[in-house]
Amino acid sequence: MSDIRSRFESEVLPCLDAAYSLARWLVRDEHVAEDVVQDAYLRAFRYFGSFRGGDARPWLLGIVRNVCYSWFVQQKRTREFECDMEDADAPSLDGQDRVQTPETLLLQKVERAQVTAAITNLPLAFREVLVLREIEELSYEDIARVLDIPKGTVMSRLSRARRLLQEYLSDYR
Amino acid sequence: MDTDPMAELPAELKQNMTRYKAPPGLKRRIRYMLAQPPRTGWFSAARASWSRWMPVGASFACGALLAVSLMTYRAGMTADEGPIESQVVASHVRSLMDKHLMDVASTDQHTVKPWFSGKLDYAPPVIDLAQDGFPLVGGRLDYVDDRPVAALVYRRRGHIINVFVLPEHDARRPDSGVTADHGYQVARWTRGGMRFWAVSDVSRDEMQKFAAGMQAAQ
Repeated sequence: MSDIRSRFESEVLPCLDAAYSLARWLVRDEHVAEDVVQDAYLRAFRYFGSFRGGDARPWLLGIVRNVCYSWFVQQKRTREFECDMEDADAPSLDGQDRVQTPETLLLQKVERAQVTAAITNLPLAFREVLVLREIEELSYEDIARVLDIPKGTVMSRLSRARRLLQEYLSDYR
Repeated sequence: MDTDPMAELPAELKQNMTRYKAPPGLKRRIRYMLAQPPRTGWFSAARASWSRWMPVGASFACGALLAVSLMTYRAGMTADEGPIESQVVASHVRSLMDKHLMDVASTDQHTVKPWFSGKLDYAPPVIDLAQDGFPLVGGRLDYVDDRPVAALVYRRRGHIINVFVLPEHDARRPDSGVTADHGYQVARWTRGGMRFWAVSDVSRDEMQKFAAGMQAAQ
C-alpha cells in the first residue's frame, strides 16, 4: 500500500461514522447518504496529498457537506433548499427573543424517535448547525469553517436551532 | 427561567440524538475504491458504480469508454507527451459529462487561485482573459499523469475551455502549438516552470487566439 493511502486510511477512514451520520441527517435518506459518503471519500483522497495534518474530521465533514449540497442542487430541490437557507439568520419577528419558560419547554418523556423526527423536520440551515454542534461536538471555529460562515453567525443560528427544536418537541405532549 | 440564547440543550434531549453508524459494507466499498490504481478512467468507473442519483447515468458509461479509447491514442508530438495529451482530452470530456466541472465557481482570479492552496503543492497562475472574450468561470482539482493538478475553466460563448496546469521541471519541453485530437483543439505551452494544456471544442483559430492571449498575460 502506498504511503499516502496508508496515511489516509489511518487518519480519515476512522471518520466514516461521522461522515455517514452527517450525510444522513442532511439528505435524510440512508441510501443517498451512502452515495454521498463514497463521493466525499473519493474527493478527500484526491485532496489528501496536500492535507497538512491536524484533525481530519472537520476537514472531511466539510467535504461531506459540500457533496450533500451538490446533491440538493442536482435533485432540483433548489427552491426547497433556498427557502431553508433564507430565513436562518433573519432577525426574529417580534423583535426580541421569546422567553423560554419551564411550561413551554415541557419535555416529558423525550423519546429517541421523537427527537429524530424533530431534528429531521428542522430547516436545513438549523439542522446542519445543530448536528455539527450537538452530535459531532465540533468547536464553533470548526463549524464556521465547515459552513463557511462567521463564528458569530454559527452561534446565533445554533441558538435559534436549539430553541426551534425544543419548540417542536414541546408539541409532543 | 432560561433566557440565555446559548444555553445547552437538556441532557436527556442530547442523549436521544442519534449518531448514525455507517452500514457494514460501506467501509469495505470505500477501501476497495481507494485500492484502485489512480488512472484517468478510475474516476469514471468508480463513480458510475454508485451514481444512482446522478441524472446522466448512461453518459457515464459513454464517458468511461471514451476515456479509455482516448487513453490508447497517441498524438503526434514527443512520444512521452502522447499519453498526457490523451489524458487531458479525456479529463475535459469527463468534466463535461459528469457535470463535475468546478470545485470552485468564481470569475474572480483572486478567489480561484487561493482555493488551490492546501490542495496542491504548487500555485497555478490564474489569469482572466475576459477582455479578450474568454472569461474565467472557475477551477477544480483533476488528475493527470497520476498526480493531482489544477484545472482552470474558461468559457467562450457556449463552449468550455479546460486549462490543465502541470508543474514542469523538464526544460526539454519548451514547445508550443495547437493540435486536433478527436475533434477537440488542444493547445500546449510552457511558462514559468509550468506546462499548460488547454482543451476545447472551439475552433482552431479561437484556440490559437486563447493560447496566445494566455501566454502574453503570463
